[in-house]
Amino acid sequence: MNDCKAAIGTPEQAARLQEVIKESRSTPGCLMHILQEAQAIYGYLPLPVQQTIAQGLNVSLSEVYGVATFYSQFSLKPKGKYRVSVCLGTACYVKGSDKILKEVEEQLGIKCGECTEDGLFSLDSCRCVGACGLAPVMMINEDVHGRLTADMVKGILDGYRRREEV
Amino acid sequence: MTVNELESIRKKKKPLIDVRRVVREQGEKLAKQTGYRKQVLVCGGTGCTSSHSMKVIEQLEKSLKELKINDVLVVKTGCFGLCSLGPIMIVYPEGAFYAQMTPEHAQTVVERHLKKGGSIVKELLYQGTVAEDGSIIPFAETPFYKKQMRIALRNCGVIAPEDIEEAIAAGDYSALEKVLSSMTPDDVVNEISASGLRGRGGAGFPTGRKWSFAKASAGDVKYVVCNADEGDPGAFMDRSVLEGDPHCVLEAMTIAGYAIGAHQGYIYVRAEYPVAVHRLNIAIKQARDCGLLGKNILGKGFDFDIEIRLGAGAFVCGEETALLTSIEGHRGEPRPRPPFPAVKGLFGKPTIINNVETWANINPIINNGAAWFAGIGTQTSAGTKVFALGGKITNVGLVEVPMGTTLREIVEEIGGGIPHGKKFKAAQTGGPSGGCIPAECIDTPIDYDSLIAIGSMMGSGGMIILDEDDCMVDISKFYLEFTADESCGKCTPCRIGTKRLLQLLTKITEGRGEPEDLIKIEELASHMKQSSLCALGQSAPNPILSTLRYFRQEYVDHIEKKHCEAGVCKALLTYSIDPAKCHGCTLCARNCPTHAITGKVREPHVIDKDICIKCGLCMSNCKFGAVVRN
Repeated sequence: MNDCKAAIGTPEQAARLQEVIKESRSTPGCLMHILQEAQAIYGYLPLPVQQTIAQGLNVSLSEVYGVATFYSQFSLKPKGKYRVSVCLGTACYVKGSDKILKEVEEQLGIKCGECTEDGLFSLDSCRCVGACGLAPVMMINEDVHGRLTADMVKGILDGYRRREEV
Repeated sequence: MTVNELESIRKKKKPLIDVRRVVREQGEKLAKQTGYRKQVLVCGGTGCTSSHSMKVIEQLEKSLKELKINDVLVVKTGCFGLCSLGPIMIVYPEGAFYAQMTPEHAQTVVERHLKKGGSIVKELLYQGTVAEDGSIIPFAETPFYKKQMRIALRNCGVIAPEDIEEAIAAGDYSALEKVLSSMTPDDVVNEISASGLRGRGGAGFPTGRKWSFAKASAGDVKYVVCNADEGDPGAFMDRSVLEGDPHCVLEAMTIAGYAIGAHQGYIYVRAEYPVAVHRLNIAIKQARDCGLLGKNILGKGFDFDIEIRLGAGAFVCGEETALLTSIEGHRGEPRPRPPFPAVKGLFGKPTIINNVETWANINPIINNGAAWFAGIGTQTSAGTKVFALGGKITNVGLVEVPMGTTLREIVEEIGGGIPHGKKFKAAQTGGPSGGCIPAECIDTPIDYDSLIAIGSMMGSGGMIILDEDDCMVDISKFYLEFTADESCGKCTPCRIGTKRLLQLLTKITEGRGEPEDLIKIEELASHMKQSSLCALGQSAPNPILSTLRYFRQEYVDHIEKKHCEAGVCKALLTYSIDPAKCHGCTLCARNCPTHAITGKVREPHVIDKDICIKCGLCMSNCKFGAVVRN
C-alpha cells in the first residue's frame, strides 16, 4: 500500500509524467526513455506509475513490467537518499572490492540491494564505473570514492551522515 | 556550413592544436601565432574527474585571474591514457606533464610556471619524465607512450571535446568533406574493405564486408547504429573516445550513411557513462547547428541525423541483435541470426552496427588511404587496438598499440610491470567472453587470430593483469557469476548452463569438489558453445575453458588437496599462530571480529579454528609474522 501512496506522489509529478508520455509517445521505441524519465521523476518505478505508462502508450502492463524488470538500472523499490554503489568490475574485484562491499554491508547493517530503515542509504553493486585507475571504487550518488581500503568505509559514510545533522 | 567555411575554421584554429602536437621548439614558435603564451590541458575524462580534476581547473582559472595572467588558455580535454596518475595536466608548448594534481598544486604551477618568466615545477611532474640528471624527458618518449600509436585516440587528450571548432581543426569532418566531394558510395565501401579494418567490438568481423552487405540490401530506409554499450567490466576504451572526441563518431556514422544510403543513425550508449552522454549531446547539437548533421550536409545534398538512445544496464545489449531490440523499446533479448542486421536489422530495416572504436578508425582510413592502414599491424589484423589496462599493473590506463604488439611489451614496457615485486600470472582479455593468457604465452603477438588460437579472444579491449595472489578458479567463478547474472534467459543453454557452471565452480572453491566435476564442466561448456543463441552464452564458458587449459593443476589442487595456492578461496584456508614467533602482544586477539583468538599477555596465542571466519585481520595486524596461512 505504501507503494501506491508514493506513486500517486504530488500532482506535479503526475503532470510531469503525463507530459513525458505525451512528448515521446510517437517516437518509435520510446518505452525505455519514458521509464528512465519516470524514474527520474519518482526515484523508482512503483506499479501505479507503470500502469499510467501502459495506459498512456496503449500497451499492456506486462510489456511495461517486462522491460522495467529486465534492465538493472530500473528499480521497483525506493532507493535511499544516498545511493551507495560498490564497483564489482574485474579491475576492482582483483583489488579487493568484495571486501569493501562486505564492510559497507556491516557498517550500514543492510545487505546489497537493500535500503536502510531511515531511508538514508541504499546499497547496490555495479559493474565498472570506468574509474579503473582508482580501483577499488564505490560511488555515492555522483561522487566517486577511489583507492579504497575497508577501514576507510566508516569515515566516508560518516561524512554523509554528518551532512544530515547540519 | 559550406566546405569553405569548414576550411576557414580549420585555418583559424589549427595553430592552437598544432602547439599540442609538435615538438617543443616548433611549438614555441607556433604559440606566438595563437595569442596564447601557454596552453594548459587538463584531463576531463571520467578517470580524472573521479579524482577531482574539475577542482584543479577551477583553481587554475581562479589563480590565473588573481595574478592577472590572461595569455594562458585552459582547456578541458579527454583522456591522456595514464589514468593511474590522474588528475593529469599538460602545459604546452613545453609539454610539461604534471601528475596527481590537487588544487594546491595547480596554484603552485600558476605561481611558479605559468606566470611570465616562470619555469617548470619539477617536483610536481610525472617522475617518469624527469631524468636522473634532472633534465626533462618529453612524455612521448616515456615507456608508457613510446610504443603506442594513436589512431583511434588521435584527438583524445588533444582537443576540447565540447568545442566543435577544435575538433574541426584537429581533422574531424575532413574525411566527410572528402567523401561528399569526391567519392561515390562504392568508393567508400571499397576503401574500408581494402583497409582490412575489422570490428573492434570483439568478434572482429570485417567492417567493409558488413557495409557492403547493407549497401546491397534493397530498401529506401536503412539505419546506421553505433554500439556504445561497453559492458565488459574493466573496459573503458569506447567511453574515452566518446568523452575525448565525440565528433569523430558522428562523422564516421555520417560517412557510413552516405555509403549505404541511410539517413538516420542511432548511438546506443550506456546510461552509466554520464560524461560521455553529456558530450555526445553537445556534439550532436553543435554539428546540427553547423550543418554537419541534418539536411543538405556541407551543401552536398546529403541528409543524415543522429539520435542518442540510453541503455539501462544490461550486459547482453552489447550483443548487436539484443541492442537493436533494446532500441526498439523492448527487453534486450537477442534474435537468431540469420537474418543478419545488414539484411533485417533495426525496425526490420537493413542496418549496420559498429562499435565506437571501429567508427574512430574511419576518418584516418579515408584521409590516409586503405593501403596506409593495411600497412599497420599484422597481415590479418590491420591497424591498432586500444586496450584498457587494469588490475595488478603499475600504469593503469588506456593504451593504443599496433596489432601484433606482444603481451610482454604491453605488460612490462608500457604497463611498467607488476607492482610490489609480484610475479605476472596471467592477462585476462575479452572480459566474461574471453580467457586468460598465461605467463608462458607472454610473447604472443596480440591480434584477433593469435588470441583465439591460445583460447582467449580480443574482446572489446579490456585487459586485466593478474598476479600470483589471484586464484584462477576464483577468477573463473567471478566471470560466471557475471554471466549467470546477465544471461537474459531467452535460451536454455545459456540460462541454465551458466547457473550450473557457477554451481560446479562454487562447489570447487568451497572445498566440496569431486574429480568428475571437471569432466562435467567440460561437457556442459561444449554444449553451451554449440547451442546458445547469442555470443553471450556461446562464450560464457571461455573463462573456465582457458583457465582449465593453462591452470588445470590449480583446479586439481582445489579438488584433491583442498588447497588454494593463491590463498583466495576462504573455505580452503586455515590460519594458525606459530608459537615460536608469537610475542603474546594480544594485538590479534583484540582485533579479531569473532574473538577466535585466545591467550595470555606475553604468551603464545591460539586460534580456535571452529570460530575463525578466515578474514585474515590477524595476519595483516601481526607485527612479528607469527600468523601462518595454509
